[in-house]
Amino acid sequence: MSADPLGMTAAAQAELIASGEASGEEVFDFWRERAAGDELGAYLWVAEDNAGGSLPPVAVKDLFCVEGVPSGAGSRILRGYRPPYTATSVGNLQAAGAQVLGKTNQDEFAMGSSNENSGYRPVQNPWDRTRVPGGSSGGSAAAVAAGTAPWAIGTDTGGSIRQPASLCGIVGMKPTYGAISRYGMIAFASSLDQCGPLTRDVTDAAILLSHLESRDPCDSTSLGIPDGVTLPSAERLDGLRFGVWGLEEEGLEPGVADAVTATLAKVEELGGTLEEVDLPHARYGIAAYYVIAPAEASANLARYDGVRFGPRSDANGDLTSMYERTRHDGFGDEVKRRIMIGTYALSSGYYEAYYGTAQKVRTRIAQDFVSAFERVDFVVTPTSPTVAFELGARTADPLAMYLSDYFTVPMPLAGIPAISIPCGLSEGLPVGFQIAGPAFSETRILDAAHALERAIGFDGVPVR
Amino acid sequence: MIDRDEVLHVARLARLRVSDEEVERLAPELSKILGHVETMNELDLDGVEPTSHVVDLTNVLGDDAPRPSLPRDKALEQAPDAADGGFRVPAAASTRLGRVRADSHPGAG
Repeated sequence: MSADPLGMTAAAQAELIASGEASGEEVFDFWRERAAGDELGAYLWVAEDNAGGSLPPVAVKDLFCVEGVPSGAGSRILRGYRPPYTATSVGNLQAAGAQVLGKTNQDEFAMGSSNENSGYRPVQNPWDRTRVPGGSSGGSAAAVAAGTAPWAIGTDTGGSIRQPASLCGIVGMKPTYGAISRYGMIAFASSLDQCGPLTRDVTDAAILLSHLESRDPCDSTSLGIPDGVTLPSAERLDGLRFGVWGLEEEGLEPGVADAVTATLAKVEELGGTLEEVDLPHARYGIAAYYVIAPAEASANLARYDGVRFGPRSDANGDLTSMYERTRHDGFGDEVKRRIMIGTYALSSGYYEAYYGTAQKVRTRIAQDFVSAFERVDFVVTPTSPTVAFELGARTADPLAMYLSDYFTVPMPLAGIPAISIPCGLSEGLPVGFQIAGPAFSETRILDAAHALERAIGFDGVPVR
Repeated sequence: MIDRDEVLHVARLARLRVSDEEVERLAPELSKILGHVETMNELDLDGVEPTSHVVDLTNVLGDDAPRPSLPRDKALEQAPDAADGGFRVPAAASTRLGRVRADSHPGAG
């Protein structure tokens, strides 16, 4: 193989394989060596056997079940678990020719915005190793940004694809709820969880998405993307209306606001129009999310009890003690916090006040987007209010950590798709620009992101 | 505000053992998070329908065709204590005569 895959998009590598310039095995071997040399803590497992394939291999977040491969959602309560089946999303990629390169580190059960809640080790940001890569799909984002994976998949419940993509200077997309099967994805919050791509550019994201989306008999909430995914080609934004939200929000770093404002100027240069949109209930997104997601998690995580999988503690005590100690020893602090919030919110006497209210706020947020999309084609925001923060900076204050997802939480609450693309640097660190659209508008979002990506010309190679 | 007793009550509901140190930490942490959550109460939500699912789905009827399920030995493979074709667990209760076994029924699951 004469070409160097490191500097290429996954699409370009697929062309190398198709033209016979490189074999799938050579490309796989190249990436397996890169992944094995990872120094950021991005991987929890790297493939041993060369599986080849017509597409470059894909790094897969640890919470996707892959038959016979360690799959533990970054949690010690699933230490050593090797599932007897493969997630539909991963199976779809394998069928398309993209084999599993490795399992990437993540916040335990996808609960976190910094990857510091991993049951194993934190991940470092390739742009500055003293900083977080974001989370919860921090390993997937760091691997793509650092060039230890050609592309990756993750999951997004409140921002877990888009926020780490933003902090690592890559592209990340959360599709419409239901676009991709959740079968075999270790569940966090079932009404919000959605799989999606983390890639070097928008075209790679579109390619992965086109293979991931499907209606799956094993997930009755899956629909696929009714019109499929068309690969993006747009170079202009003529006639498209962009609704701007969030530039006046408290807590937005000036450097982030500047980069986003410069991107808005590019939108206009390309023929798009801007107007401010009001999403009056979106500011209550974090409040509603931190009832709904923990409530669903407390139910989903009830299955980790030392009976069917994972390690067991106090095997010689009585049954209740075995349950309680297994869960005490296996779950990390953040997971325990969320289980406690969720159990409290669902407990007798509090259900209506918390869960019932949060579901009504969810309705209001979805209605805000519906109203906005009557006037504009897309809603655009900063992806994260700040650039990557220092490791340890927010671990002592859970609420401050939660507010990292201020701009990304409203979209999953409304079930709509959104992409984050890198739009510039602030203090030498990447800034993400978020584009959200109505349900199943993936192709239009990808097209707009493609046109903007060309105009921005972001240099995605971290200074190393 | 969530106090110490409430933390212990909720932990019991969640089948989660918490150490004394964790109880001391969780009480103020949960109170602070729920304090933020309660900003929702600023909103007038009278008459708003709750959302439990974001996508309009209608039922789709599938063929009622049998297909193979996971073989029992594969389903048991990852268990910390599998025995006699089932998941073995510690006794659920004890009597004066001794512990009552609570083995899962081999046909279950």
